[in-house]
Amino acid sequence: MSGEEQTDRAPASAGLDGLIKTIRGAGLNNTGLLVLWPLILVAFAIAMPGSFLQLGTVQSMMFQLPELGLLSLAMVIPLISGGLNLAIIATSNQAALLMVWILSTQIPAGADPTTMGLWIAIALLAGLLLCIIIGLVTGLLVAVAGVHPILVTLGTMTLIGGISIYTTRGTTLSGLPEPILFISNGTIGYLPLSFILFVLVAFAIHILLTRMPLGIRIHMAGSNLNATRYSGVSTNAVLIWVYVLSSILCWMAAVVMMARFNSAGADFAESYLLITVLAAILGGVDPYGGRGRISGLFLALLILQTIASGFNLLRLSPQLTLACWGLILLLVIALKRFWEWRTERRTQG
Amino acid sequence: MPKIALGTETALLLIIVLAAIFFSLGSPYFLTIPNFVDLVEAYAVTTILAAGVFVVLVSGGIDISFAATASVAQYVAAVAASRYGADPFLTIAIACVVGFVLGAANAFLTYYLRVVSIIITIATSSIYYALLIHFTGGSEIYDLPAWWKTRIVLARWDFAPGEFARLTLPIVVMVVVVIITHLIMTSTRIGRQVYALGGNPESAKRLGVRVLGVQLFVYGYLGVLAGLAGFIQAHRVGQAIPTAKAGTELNVLAVAILGGASLVGGLGSMPGVILGVLLLAILQNGLNLLGVSSYFFQVVIGLVILVSITLTALAERRRNRPRLRSVA
Amino acid sequence: MSETAAPLLELHHISKHFGGTTALDDVSWEVAEGEVHCLIGENGCGKSTLIKIVSGVYDPEPGGSIAFSGNAHSALSPHSAKALGIEVIFQDLSLFPNLSVAENIAAGYASGFAFAPVDRKAMRQRALAAMERAGAQLPLDAPVGTLSISQRQLVAICRGLASSARLLFMDEPTASLTRHEVETLFASVRRLKTQGVSIVFVSHRLEEILEIADRVTVIRDGRKVATLPAREADTDRLSELMTGEAITDELLPPPPASEGPPVIEISGLGRPGEFENVSFAVRKGEVLGITGLLGAGRTELALTLFGMRRPRTGSIRIAGEAVTLRSNADALMHGIAYVSEDRLALGLNLTQSIADNVAITMLSRLRNAWGQVPARARQSLAEIWVERLGVKTQSVRNPVLTLSGGNQQRVSIAKWLATSPRLLILDSPTVGVDVRNKKAIYSIIRALSAEGVAVILISDEVPEVYLNAHRVLHMRGGRVAGEYVPATSSRHAIAEAVYA
Repeated sequence: MSGEEQTDRAPASAGLDGLIKTIRGAGLNNTGLLVLWPLILVAFAIAMPGSFLQLGTVQSMMFQLPELGLLSLAMVIPLISGGLNLAIIATSNQAALLMVWILSTQIPAGADPTTMGLWIAIALLAGLLLCIIIGLVTGLLVAVAGVHPILVTLGTMTLIGGISIYTTRGTTLSGLPEPILFISNGTIGYLPLSFILFVLVAFAIHILLTRMPLGIRIHMAGSNLNATRYSGVSTNAVLIWVYVLSSILCWMAAVVMMARFNSAGADFAESYLLITVLAAILGGVDPYGGRGRISGLFLALLILQTIASGFNLLRLSPQLTLACWGLILLLVIALKRFWEWRTERRTQG
Repeated sequence: MPKIALGTETALLLIIVLAAIFFSLGSPYFLTIPNFVDLVEAYAVTTILAAGVFVVLVSGGIDISFAATASVAQYVAAVAASRYGADPFLTIAIACVVGFVLGAANAFLTYYLRVVSIIITIATSSIYYALLIHFTGGSEIYDLPAWWKTRIVLARWDFAPGEFARLTLPIVVMVVVVIITHLIMTSTRIGRQVYALGGNPESAKRLGVRVLGVQLFVYGYLGVLAGLAGFIQAHRVGQAIPTAKAGTELNVLAVAILGGASLVGGLGSMPGVILGVLLLAILQNGLNLLGVSSYFFQVVIGLVILVSITLTALAERRRNRPRLRSVA
Repeated sequence: MSETAAPLLELHHISKHFGGTTALDDVSWEVAEGEVHCLIGENGCGKSTLIKIVSGVYDPEPGGSIAFSGNAHSALSPHSAKALGIEVIFQDLSLFPNLSVAENIAAGYASGFAFAPVDRKAMRQRALAAMERAGAQLPLDAPVGTLSISQRQLVAICRGLASSARLLFMDEPTASLTRHEVETLFASVRRLKTQGVSIVFVSHRLEEILEIADRVTVIRDGRKVATLPAREADTDRLSELMTGEAITDELLPPPPASEGPPVIEISGLGRPGEFENVSFAVRKGEVLGITGLLGAGRTELALTLFGMRRPRTGSIRIAGEAVTLRSNADALMHGIAYVSEDRLALGLNLTQSIADNVAITMLSRLRNAWGQVPARARQSLAEIWVERLGVKTQSVRNPVLTLSGGNQQRVSIAKWLATSPRLLILDSPTVGVDVRNKKAIYSIIRALSAEGVAVILISDEVPEVYLNAHRVLHMRGGRVAGEYVPATSSRHAIAEAVYA
């Protein structure tokens, strides 16, 4: 799976080599992560003999993974298209606010299951619709204005967050009906429902990106937007799809998040924003666009979650977890760079 | 300087004048010197940080770890001053040196790992912050020495009873930083090297520009300014708060970009960045005076960013069209 | 002539190997003072290695030596090469688009104390002096990004002069210039020559070489094949020396007879300011050449036929039916394909695999019942075309940027041939392509013509359209200025009309 990235290349001129280097610079591949993850598992297993590798630990990891996982997926698609979506958290929060507002204020007390089901459906649809609209507007701005997505989504992030703060006056909304909460705390067998949902969504995105025409166009647009347009691809449509998809994933994250916290607020999970980028880069997504795999992202998320759970069990502060994540990213980039440097020296003889 | 930046500056100035006229019609207090001076002081820390971010943007990089750097530098200096009785000069020096070291770390990592600086600084930002919160437990330092907490007024003008303007330390530091940054960027070798590197990194290397040296300057300078900003921030609020600047990264970045700095590097000017800060400051202050809920302010910033980038993009497109034809 | 002048640069027995490949093999070469010396050879023949050795980027292997104005050096560093007055103008010009002309020409702030002030006055004077020497007129304060390509070329030359260059290497300076701009450039070159500056000129355009050079050196497979005075050479001779094979000038055989309406017929097509009132028809198997200076509206016309611009006037008929092309996807549906002149920026996604570059135009057609296009399907499609066009690669999964320039160009053509077009528009397909690969592209055109594909071949080079088209349209200022049939008119008649 990871073999094709490191294929031998013909001896090239120094300029070409430089280009390859820049392009490959942050494109890490999965092999490293496949080695790293077991190492971390073993390290924790040794540090906590008997208590780390337990069903309970694994299950709690699976409970925690989906939020960050879905948000990271929402970040990875724009990254592969050569952009970035800084508005994912703001979008999620706003969708969650809308859904929680509907669910907590519109359902009459003692409603029968049908009414409740209807309102839950309305709430979910409203949230989805909101996210689709946000995605459409973002995509249009990126495609038509031709502005770098960092700028556009910096603007939409501020605007969406501002609207959420203004409408809630900075307060949080809470009070969700029981069936919704099941999304985050329910299990099927040993597997948490939210984890199953996440894996299914991740797999669907993987299929989309590797086998569907849209996914291939997203990769191509990410590596060279103009060349893709000259190839008969409507890149505007591709970019709009990218941000709509990203926003739909934000909606899924919103559903999982509100069910988990039983509430929603304008400033929830803000610290996740940069962590999704960190996870994506760790997972081998090229920050310049055009390259990235869902399998890599999945591995990266597993590594991050393992560290978080392990540190938690060792009673180390969540801050140390964050520091460790940052260090792991730097470490993996450095190892990759070292490996590149060695192959370079070998081919240049 | 490039015409493009000039265009942005003129446009910004126009919008600022319009906004100022609008707000002064709504509130007589708006266009008064005391209000303006208060405004400048309130935005002094943001401007100092924006000056540093602007330098990094011109070099073609993006740094979002400066808020973490400012917090770390502020805290270390606060510990030195309150626990070990460091004197003012030593305290400021400590803040700046800590800032420089953390900035330099970004420069080394970006240079040797050859990864876009935004990725590196996301990583270092989380490391700096996390370690700071871990070791401090997130607790503030209240017992700063008196010399640090006391407001320093260098000049005072009285206009009417209760209406006065004061020239305070943050304003002076801000003005000095802005002037120095402007001079460095327009008239020194290193400043022009920063523009050259941002404009065409490959050619800059061929011309013998030492990339590591320029990056050390750029990230180190931002680090020093972040340390200084941390010091001023503590001076204004009278305490050192580990999380004080958390979450301001993207706002400061937005201000610099609003002022005409480009994400791809090589463009922008200090006056433009100041106009960017001024626009946001005037909007916030004006809306405040008009009695608009402060919760609404972020909506306005968002709209300003979106409108300005869209207008700039459209203007750029119009500018490019005749050029294509004139080549013919 | 300067053949008698003292040599400024002398190379003796220079060799250079990279791993197992030989880049330069025992090359001895000299450039006289005040001489225009052209260096030619196919891509990968060792020209650029030679330039890099002289400019100090690479060290020659032991046994070789370099002498500059009589002083011997075993090797040069980039710094010492500069100090001697050796300047290289790379193909990308290495300019700073965001900085002013004056700064680009005369900014010497790479060394010295970093915080020292920049002396703008002295800088402007140095820039003016350099412009004076080159006979260039440039706006000193304009950002270089707003200049035309030829003006940028002059900026790069002036920069070389400002650092008192005695030997100026120019790597394919004319590749993206119009004929008029080439003349401006040549005027500067001649002016420098009279001032005793030596110029080494690398180019693929043999006719221009013969026009400007005093002497020509041909390199093939890392060896110097010959150095000969330009007036004793002609293009056939040079091609022969470069490839080691004789080049035959054969006119394109006539197209296969075809019935029915032309593949494409346009009448009165126009976009004010770009091109106006253009009418022509192309039949099956016919190759229509369009020549004229860059900026004559050729590319704009091609983009209009490809659906990327909307015509303001006139009509397009495809196979007899009037059509409106709203996008290039529309054009693609009608069987129109367009190979862009700028293959690096617009023709290829360099970092993506060869397979995906070929398949991108075919994604909708390759879909299986599930709406998917599995990697295998993309790869098999690409493998067919890699084989058919002779692209040299180990795997179609390799990124396009691992290929050589000529092979990249083939991929950029393959992605369009894969769509089995009725009409293929080739926009300057041989720019920056060496002789051998040019020949390959010409034989692709011939094969397509024989298969009945209509081809529009756009090119600056009159000989190219003369030999590879059935009819040649000459465009000037957005209008069709003349039509020629190579079978009945001479190439000089066309060349005179175009360059007049």
